[in-house]
Amino acid sequence: MKKFSKVVSLAMASMMAVSMLAGCGAQGSGSNTFKIGAIGPLTGGAAAYGLAVCNAAELAVEEINAAGGINGYQIEYKKEDDELNAEKSVNAYNTLKDWGMQVLVGSTTSACSIAVSENTKADNMFQLTPSGSAEDCVKYDNAFRVCFSDPNQGIASAQYISDNNLATKVGIIYDSSDVYSSGIYQKFTEEAAGKNFEIVSAEAFTQDNNTDFSVQLQKAKDAGADLVFLPIYYKDASLILTQANTMGYAPTFFGVDGLDGILTVENFDVSLAEGVMLLTPFAADAKDDLTVNFVAKYQEKYGEIPNQFAADAYDAVYIIKKAMEAKNVTPDMSVSDICEALKGAMTEIEASGLTSAKMTWAANGEPNKEPKAVVIKNGAYVSAQ
Amino acid sequence: MKLTMNKKTKDNLITYGIVVVAFAVFQLLAVTGNLSSHMKGLLVPMTYYAVIAVALNLCVGILGELSIGHCGFMCIGAFTSAFFSKVTEESLPTAPRFILAFVIGIAFAALFGFLIGIPVLRLKGDYLAIVTLAFGEIIKNVINAFYIGVDSKGVHFSLKNAMELGMEPDGQLIVNGAMGITGTPHNSSFTVGIIVLLLALFVVQNLVNSRDGRAIMAVRDNYIAAEATGINVTRYKMMAFIISAAIAGAAGVLFSHNITTLTASSQYFGYNASIMILVYVVLGGIGNIRGSVIAACILYLLPELLRGFNTYRMLIYSIVLIVMMIYSWSPKVLEWRKRTLGNINFPWKKQRA
Amino acid sequence: MSSFLTYLISGLSLGSIYAIIALGYTMVYGIAKMLNFAHGDFIMVGCYIIFTVSGALSGNSIVGILVAIVLCTLLGITTEFVAYRPLRGAASPLAVLITAIGVSYFLENLALLIFGADIKSFTSVIKWEGLTFAGGDLRIQGVTIVTIAISVIVLIVLQLFIKKTRQGQAMLAVAEDKGAAALMGINVNKTIMLTFAIGSALAAIAGALLCSAYPSLSPYTGAMPGIKAFVAAVLGGIGSIPGAMIGGLVLGIVEILSKTYISSQLSDAIVFGILVVVLLVKPTGILGKKIQEKV
Repeated sequence: MKKFSKVVSLAMASMMAVSMLAGCGAQGSGSNTFKIGAIGPLTGGAAAYGLAVCNAAELAVEEINAAGGINGYQIEYKKEDDELNAEKSVNAYNTLKDWGMQVLVGSTTSACSIAVSENTKADNMFQLTPSGSAEDCVKYDNAFRVCFSDPNQGIASAQYISDNNLATKVGIIYDSSDVYSSGIYQKFTEEAAGKNFEIVSAEAFTQDNNTDFSVQLQKAKDAGADLVFLPIYYKDASLILTQANTMGYAPTFFGVDGLDGILTVENFDVSLAEGVMLLTPFAADAKDDLTVNFVAKYQEKYGEIPNQFAADAYDAVYIIKKAMEAKNVTPDMSVSDICEALKGAMTEIEASGLTSAKMTWAANGEPNKEPKAVVIKNGAYVSAQ
Repeated sequence: MKLTMNKKTKDNLITYGIVVVAFAVFQLLAVTGNLSSHMKGLLVPMTYYAVIAVALNLCVGILGELSIGHCGFMCIGAFTSAFFSKVTEESLPTAPRFILAFVIGIAFAALFGFLIGIPVLRLKGDYLAIVTLAFGEIIKNVINAFYIGVDSKGVHFSLKNAMELGMEPDGQLIVNGAMGITGTPHNSSFTVGIIVLLLALFVVQNLVNSRDGRAIMAVRDNYIAAEATGINVTRYKMMAFIISAAIAGAAGVLFSHNITTLTASSQYFGYNASIMILVYVVLGGIGNIRGSVIAACILYLLPELLRGFNTYRMLIYSIVLIVMMIYSWSPKVLEWRKRTLGNINFPWKKQRA
Repeated sequence: MSSFLTYLISGLSLGSIYAIIALGYTMVYGIAKMLNFAHGDFIMVGCYIIFTVSGALSGNSIVGILVAIVLCTLLGITTEFVAYRPLRGAASPLAVLITAIGVSYFLENLALLIFGADIKSFTSVIKWEGLTFAGGDLRIQGVTIVTIAISVIVLIVLQLFIKKTRQGQAMLAVAEDKGAAALMGINVNKTIMLTFAIGSALAAIAGALLCSAYPSLSPYTGAMPGIKAFVAAVLGGIGSIPGAMIGGLVLGIVEILSKTYISSQLSDAIVFGILVVVLLVKPTGILGKKIQEKV
């Protein structure tokens, strides 16, 4: 052990010294580039979401740089992995801080965003989370988000189903081990009380038990649900749709923004998703110039079709650009000054992007935008109205 | 006899010394502003992973029973203490509240150690290991379905969903299922972590060198022989297991008061996390308490220091892990090292002897 | 009653998948006496190979499966040679367990780099729809029947192989006592390598069936089924090949029924709770041999 620890501690000591030096080197401010960092799970089971966020943010940064930067200054960009772990997310944040980050795009997931916001608050760093949807993600005044909040989605879904008389009996399948999914489920159930439909089954699954959905589907079927609400991500939903098809159960499936991406799963039989409705701010096959351009570039660079995580992150970078331009922010300002300027700008600007044509923000960090309801027809999104 | 005692005492003192010196060095670096924020943020996690590695080493190395569910005890400690801190955040001052949080976290972890120990310790080998894994998963799964709220009418509890609590509008939801506990006061610091680590080391090292500790190791080495000499096998097994669980609970308290979002998810408390701790123990040397502390720190730091490699980070980490294992455990490599690097005294040989 | 039967059949489908994975698991686990945590990841590798090859050959899954079996076997042999063999005879059996975890991380992260994190939808290799009973109310899926049939065939072949052939007997001897086996002139290294080859080939087959039943493929596809299969193998009794099969079926049925009749939120806890109860009643699993105590 002695020898082993000696060898390894020597190696560690040198690595640590390097990392500390790296930390010192980055302190040199007064540079003339902006430094924007992004955090998300780049490895592990949730890597698809983190990679989408970090890739799309990178793409936006490259575009902005090519077009002359923000207020004439170029942007440097760096992404860090948090493995869907709040503790690692804070480590990632600290790494970025050492690098000299001035604005944070992140974290990708709710629990990580909340943990990091504790630190951004202490450092007074501006934080714009593309996809942290839990209520608490933006509880501090320096934190804003691009996506809808969980309660917002739950309420909007219940209202939409009720207003359009989509169903009388509703079944729910949700992920009880996931913050996002159980958050929407709770609000949906609260909001459903007194509406013109009845929740006849609410069955859970967990991330350790997400291959077989026959029980959840069978229960909804036995209870006579004519609509099944899926406040979950498309990964699990693709299996649910396949299994429902095998069972011969064909209710209306209704999802939220996490369901976006289902049509682009490689090799997925899109006919299974026929008639699925979802509330989403983004559709990869929309025909407006912005979306077409974004999807083409993203696909060329990363070989995948972007989902709504990517769209949110792409918008996030452009929102930061817009806010910086509104207040004439320059890179030589301190992190705290930039934060104050951006905080002021956020409530004044009106941004348009992939996820909404008109986004405004309240001082509490919530975006003001309406979810669009789309329905899948012939393998493509069609506006539901 | 006297000589060996002295040697052990010296050995223990070296362990405390390493921890204290490491603490002093890092504090000095931090105070003089030479420590990057990244390193500063890693200090507290390093202490609690070292603490739980010590706890697991007591179970695996000293008691000789493989547990792959130790993070379950950490989970219990984390949730009970965070619940307490959250409820009493306004009514108690920080220092006594945090100390009470430790007492509660440790007590509950020990209680569960006792309850789980009753069935687990009747089994052997891999069967025992799988049951600890099972309990770890059960704890995680049940806490994920916990909803506890507090309002003017008292404490409400549900295992189904938050709506069933039927709370008054002024009520506060404390444990919210998968969303866990958010907003636990951020009380853990490097100093507290080091104190807990020193206490854990003190407890375990004294236990090992005591009459009880020798009885525990006798049970490990040959329980039939131990039983024949009049050692109460069940009692000593239980004792080691409960102490191990309690220390893991203390690590949990540090954990929950370090990050503000506490969720019972696999990343922190699943079998994968428990196995990660086992990796620390095995690489540090089974039964070697000091080794566990060092290995926990190194292996926690390693993926963080590899951040520069970006997407290749975890791939490199896995290769390093395999190479380190072969380097420090393979009989052939050990023989080769003995020939080339001279006669080195390996602690695991000493321990097994 | 008919709804109970529906759930029972669901349990059988899930259980059959656990069973086929557990058969491969128990080969390595029972003979080499090592917990190969990377077994689930061998399954994942097998799935990706089938996915890629079948995709390139426009849906010819037979060739895909054959290629996957060959490559997985090679992967198993290589892994054994590079990562596990050097640790044979190490002071603690835990050393090789940790290395297996390293291998598992390695394969998962390699797959992540090569194939990306997003899921891929797997085209079932079983085209048969299955059987329907009771006027269409009850249906057993084709993949379930095929999986059970393959499991039974594999079970019988393995039993015959171990009981009737020299290599099989050598495996039993190695499982019993490596040192004594070596003294009897058995090449321990070769025997264990053969065990890994068989186990890994079974992983490829299990992968094809797993992804046909649950067609979602990601770098982490194999991890959870792998651990469940390990649980099944222990439940059935370590080293017992029929035990692995029974353990898998029991686990699947218990999982589905507990989800149905108790709670879908707590089903993991209930499944593991039942495992604890079974092991307390029968401390060496359903079909496990009693451990001989030696002083």
